[in-house]
Amino acid sequence: MSDASTAGLSVRIRQASPISLDAAIDCPPGKTLALVGPSGSGKSTILRMIAGLNVPSHGRVACNGDLWLDTAAGVRLAPQERSVGFVFQHYALFPHLTARANVVVALGHLAKGERSRRAGELLALVHLQGMEERRPGALSGGQQQRVALARALARDPRVLLLDEPFSAVDQVTRRKLQWEVAQLRGALNIPIVLVTHDLEEAAALADVMCILHRGQTLQAGPPMEILNRPASALVARLADLRNVYEGTIESHEPERNVTWLRWRGYRLEVRLDGKFEPGQPVSWVVPPAGVILHRRDRPSAGERENPVRGVIGECVMLGETASVTLLVDGQRECRLGFAVPAHVARRNGLAPGGAVGVSLLADSVHLMAWEGPEAP
Amino acid sequence: MDTTALGLSLKLAWWTALVLLPFAILVSRALAFRRFAGRGFVEALIALPLVLPPTVLGYYLLVMFGADSALGGAFEAVAGRTLVFTFEGLLLASILFNLPFAIQPMQRAFEGIAPELREAAWVSGLSRWQTFLRIELPLAWPGVLSALVLTVAHTLGEFGVVLMVGGNIPGETRTLAIAIYDRVQAFDDAAAATMSALLLAFSFVAIGLVHLLTRRVGSRHE
Repeated sequence: MSDASTAGLSVRIRQASPISLDAAIDCPPGKTLALVGPSGSGKSTILRMIAGLNVPSHGRVACNGDLWLDTAAGVRLAPQERSVGFVFQHYALFPHLTARANVVVALGHLAKGERSRRAGELLALVHLQGMEERRPGALSGGQQQRVALARALARDPRVLLLDEPFSAVDQVTRRKLQWEVAQLRGALNIPIVLVTHDLEEAAALADVMCILHRGQTLQAGPPMEILNRPASALVARLADLRNVYEGTIESHEPERNVTWLRWRGYRLEVRLDGKFEPGQPVSWVVPPAGVILHRRDRPSAGERENPVRGVIGECVMLGETASVTLLVDGQRECRLGFAVPAHVARRNGLAPGGAVGVSLLADSVHLMAWEGPEAP
Repeated sequence: MDTTALGLSLKLAWWTALVLLPFAILVSRALAFRRFAGRGFVEALIALPLVLPPTVLGYYLLVMFGADSALGGAFEAVAGRTLVFTFEGLLLASILFNLPFAIQPMQRAFEGIAPELREAAWVSGLSRWQTFLRIELPLAWPGVLSALVLTVAHTLGEFGVVLMVGGNIPGETRTLAIAIYDRVQAFDDAAAATMSALLLAFSFVAIGLVHLLTRRVGSRHE
């Protein structure tokens, strides 16, 4: 349990109904935390609980030493008293007010004469000069999103909460807005919590990614750590990792820092992981970057490292990259995904049906506790 | 043309709107935003005057206002006269039979406000009262306006309840609608025609105004 005096946002939430939640979230000032999970995993509910729009049956929310909620102590601040900036999924702009008036609404802490000027500054910050007197109906989706952001920042919030803020705009606008938010977070120096189901967005914007499943925070850490070293097969699946398999620990060789993994008749060398006993079933994952194609044009000694053979199932050109699916041993049900530069794919004549070999880099293979047969 | 009756009708409409609207705003807002036990029952009760024959409503009001009843007795003790066949009794009856006309349009209007808008106001720091004044009321304005116009028009036109509760006392309870009936009974067709035309014109203008304003306010939010 973190203490209320710590800087940043600290959230502990536990309840059985109406939706089951068991979440622990910490986000220091100046950092962005992404709450990631499938729809219905409770991520928006948790965000609303931070803002005070929902109240959990048990929980504690503290921000920069201020206690906002402590069900045990009977503390429960209203949303008005929490100083949060909240950007709603569909912006929730006041349709009868101009962009400027929308921002002025959240400037109640300033003297009356200063509000309009400050609203103009905030709208300029989000690149909406000249649009101040327009009503939301006369603004595009991206512009509405910017007004919502300006309004959220108007209170000088202690924490910024973004609920799927980029989901309702087109791809180009989304990239632009993401870039602007990324720029903004350095200047703000407050915790930012972003709810998203888009892993790419989370990986691009967040310093910390928090994987949520059925209301439970499964793993929190830097995005690359979660994507390369998921805590469980469930996290790996939720993080949309492709190459997740089941195998059995064969033996450990501590003197060589190696664990031997038995998988479909292959004996794979992986980094020593003493957590697991020989004979124990495990799940394991290898990121696409850990799969190296054996090149016909340029054979190398590295091919001795965990060689796996198969037949190419698909080879899809995505710009300068070829995304390849290998059917291991020609078996349709065992697919291994990796990527190679498009020119390598061409030079090696990669095409569906072709037989190739790959190496699985021992350092990239990550072992996880086996969770039984995969849930549907 | 019975100008006393016209004056009385306008006075009744004015007082009805003045007393009923603030109350109806509170009730319609509660019905729109809150979930409480017995909500359906309250809604049904409010809608009752829409389907109840005016004479039935009038009969029960007459019983309720009588000197033997708690309400009628209390009023008589304080004011020194009965509720029945007085302007005060008429006003109370008018407020009751106008409940659905005042509450329903506003309830629909409040229900039309997306919940996120109120939440956005709260997280922007607005108190519940400020949220009501600056966000809810402007957005529900077409509904409030409809309620006002419908209440006024309906008060001017109501006949059955007024006759039952108020009778036909010039200057006290004889409204325009009663006066028309009175003139027809007296074969004064000219006066009945003038007053009927006046009510017709007023009702048409009122309904037209509601449609016009509702559309203009609605399109402003597009």
